Amino acid sequence: MKFTPQDFKSDQEVKWCPGCGDHAVLAAVQRALPEISEALGYSHERYVFVSGIGCSSRFPYYMKTYGFHGIHGRAAAIATGIKVANPTLSVWEMTGDGDSLAIGGNHLIHAIRRNIDINIVLFNNRIYGLTKGQYSPTSKWGTVTKTSPLGTVEHPFSPGALAMGARGTFFARTLDMELQLTQEIMVQAAKHDGTALVEVLQNCVIFNDKTHAVISDKEVRADRTITLRHGEPMIFGKNKDKGLVLDGMRLKAVTIGENGITTDDILVHNAEEQNHGMHMMLCEMEWPELPVALGIIRKVKDRTYDDMVRDQVIEVANKSNIRCMNDMLRSGATWVVE
Amino acid sequence: MQHKVIDVQDVVIRFTGDSGDGMQLTGSLFADASAYFGNDISTFPDYPSEIRAPQGTVAGVSGFQVHIGSGAIYTPGDYCDVLVAMNPAALKSNVKWLKPNATIIVDIDTFDQKGLQKAGFQTEDAFAELKIKNRNIIAAPISTLTKECLNNCGMDPKSGLRCKNMFALGICFFLYNMPLKHTEEFFKKHFAKSPGLMDMNNRVLKDGYNYAGNIQAIADTYIVKPSKQKPGLYRNINGNRAIAWGLMAASEKSGRPLFCGSYPITPATAILEELAIHKELGVKTLQCEDEIAGICTAIGASYAGSLAVTTTSGPGLSLKSEALGLAVMAELPLVVVDVQRAGPSTGIPTKTEQTDLNQALYGRNGECPVAVIAPHSPSHCFEAAFYAAKYAMEHMMPVIVLSEGFLGNGSEPWRIPDMKDYPEIKPPVIDTLPADEPYFYPFKRDPDTMVPRWALPGTPHLEHRVGGLEKNHKGAVSSDPLVHQQMVEERAQKVALLAQVIPQQKIIGEQEGDILIVSWGGTYGHMLSAESQLRAEGIQVGLAHFDYINPLPSNTEDVFRRFKKIMVFELNSGHFVNYLRAKMPQFSYLQYNKIQGQPFIVTEITEAINKIVK
Repeated sequence: MKFTPQDFKSDQEVKWCPGCGDHAVLAAVQRALPEISEALGYSHERYVFVSGIGCSSRFPYYMKTYGFHGIHGRAAAIATGIKVANPTLSVWEMTGDGDSLAIGGNHLIHAIRRNIDINIVLFNNRIYGLTKGQYSPTSKWGTVTKTSPLGTVEHPFSPGALAMGARGTFFARTLDMELQLTQEIMVQAAKHDGTALVEVLQNCVIFNDKTHAVISDKEVRADRTITLRHGEPMIFGKNKDKGLVLDGMRLKAVTIGENGITTDDILVHNAEEQNHGMHMMLCEMEWPELPVALGIIRKVKDRTYDDMVRDQVIEVANKSNIRCMNDMLRSGATWVVE
Repeated sequence: MQHKVIDVQDVVIRFTGDSGDGMQLTGSLFADASAYFGNDISTFPDYPSEIRAPQGTVAGVSGFQVHIGSGAIYTPGDYCDVLVAMNPAALKSNVKWLKPNATIIVDIDTFDQKGLQKAGFQTEDAFAELKIKNRNIIAAPISTLTKECLNNCGMDPKSGLRCKNMFALGICFFLYNMPLKHTEEFFKKHFAKSPGLMDMNNRVLKDGYNYAGNIQAIADTYIVKPSKQKPGLYRNINGNRAIAWGLMAASEKSGRPLFCGSYPITPATAILEELAIHKELGVKTLQCEDEIAGICTAIGASYAGSLAVTTTSGPGLSLKSEALGLAVMAELPLVVVDVQRAGPSTGIPTKTEQTDLNQALYGRNGECPVAVIAPHSPSHCFEAAFYAAKYAMEHMMPVIVLSEGFLGNGSEPWRIPDMKDYPEIKPPVIDTLPADEPYFYPFKRDPDTMVPRWALPGTPHLEHRVGGLEKNHKGAVSSDPLVHQQMVEERAQKVALLAQVIPQQKIIGEQEGDILIVSWGGTYGHMLSAESQLRAEGIQVGLAHFDYINPLPSNTEDVFRRFKKIMVFELNSGHFVNYLRAKMPQFSYLQYNKIQGQPFIVTEITEAINKIVK
């Protein structure tokens, strides 16, 4: 089936602030859907976009697909219900760091744990935007906001580490301005059977401007991030001369050509390794010690919840003598009154 | 010894013991055997929420009351004719439920110093202390005899002591001339994989039966003759199972697959468990991470086209409030089952109450009316769940089923219905885009019923967005003041218009006159018994028992107008009566309330009425 991004644009006026990172994610998703439709043979009506509450959760209104704008934090639960009820649908949850890591943290980890076949796009701007600038569960230690005038005194969540802890099967990270990478990741997320968690490092131009700038500014991005690709060496930098090696139990950034380091010494990314030890380390890399990992960090095969629920229903139905309610009502212990 | 067999109309037996003594099973087996024998029955489990409270203490006493009769039985009975007490604590905590001439069967072996102390007796004579000295007491050495019985057949006596409840059951079977056949069949099935246990239980049951036949204490025995029931195929059913089956029946009639998203909570868990074992009819169940996920997965499933259900009790309904508002706003079908228990907060989880009515009616932010239906007996739970699902789907709205612990755990014989006698369910599912809509308008309504259409994801050309934000008919987000008022009113009208569809309110007994007694939900059996007792006493009363709470049946005003006095009975501080006062302020209402975690006693109802008559 051939679609264009235009086929997925609704007639609603997009009301995000000018300069908001969300615009870029919307564009990337609208570009990804025609590609997904072609690759997987999905028809237009198979897509459902579900969200919670927050700026990014307005997403479904801007998509000309089925959409459910839920309540704060509960998008993962609503999306789970939709997918279990009809596993043929392509279900997308659009959520923010407040929505899915604070009020909805429980649903997020359980969706990942169940490996329900939905795609979760987590817009991480490290701030509450819709309520106008309070700190979020991903705000860095010491962040000064309206509700933390002296700086926060709590550790931020790491969405990737959380996903690994919940035995996630797919985790990827992208930057809002990396449109091409975001689009690529969306396609891979859709193709993945199981919960695909995509963290988008996204800028809130009003309340937390430049929160990711230290790694995302054009001049420094190549040196301070690494885009991981399965089967390829972990090389980064403007001049492609930096790489990652294992130093004891830790990852270390090295320069190729210095201290006798050659390309052969650089680790090769294996997103399909079941053991998530290396994936966890990659998720946790932070500038300035290490480059921040982008791309698909983990993508492993496992059974999905929705498939297994459906299979159990089929299996029991095939074995049972009960075919309808009348059979059911008369099953077990009964007696006749003459 | 020659026994005289005396005919009795009905009898109430209360089995009590330690919560590990198997009293629930003993009571159920007696009830089942009576039902098979042809009696009408009603049961009431009364147990603590601790799985194993300290052994031998009053706190750990578990009870199961069975009322059997040769006529129609409406309640599990207020006071008992026979009390089985497996230890001193059970005797102590249940002495208040004895009828004046009741028979007491005790395991006298447990009335030793240790047992008496644990139960808090001051002296060695528990019976004197409780002032029940000159009653018909069968003091059977049940523990000793059970051990002996198993010893004789080479069984390990210590583990075999757990069969002692079957000895007590055997005594009761003898006392009421009941055949052992049904219970033996149960053992055969239940212990199919361990013939040793089957044999042990059988032996102890028979020894109890034979023991009763040989002792002086039992001079006469009784028989409760089979009741004259409508011919047909019968089974026993409890309220929780009936709810599950009613929902499955609605799924079959509507062609919409059943989805249940729930979180375990006493006393509603058995509904989720029952649905989970019936995958053969396509039921999908999801045990969620919390109550909120329970309702939210159900809302998602409803959006995707399932008959969606979430089951809970009061605390869970509190947690679901916000999401229930979302279902109202998104105008999606949803059945929320609340098996009420004593609150507030955690309250008394295993005790029954009707204290969630206010929450069901009003417990949400904004203008958020929800239909409320209350089943009135264990088997009626089937009807209530079926019609809740029917109306939820046909009217595109959430419906709350307000059951009660008393109904969920209570059981009664049920004449098995034929599904062909149930109406079709026709949800307004739409599969093509109407010619006059450029795109699908999710809140375009049927002008007569205010019901919108159900467009399922996966259907071409019906793509649309729903959610918690206020929207116009076309589905676009709107904060226009007039649109908001109009949508609020239309959603309210949709619920109110359900009154055109639900049955008219019936009056039992006098159709007009001095006193109308009003009630709702699980108090039905007690109210019915009180009503017939009052009429037998020559007091002319009518009974209006409401299954439909919101909306009220359309003839409610007419029903109330026919009586001079209206008295509302409920197991809360007056939720329904205050609702009626708000809805129909032209009448004045008397009220009788009880908040003890226990059902009504028939005599308290009749006494309350007698007081206003005099």
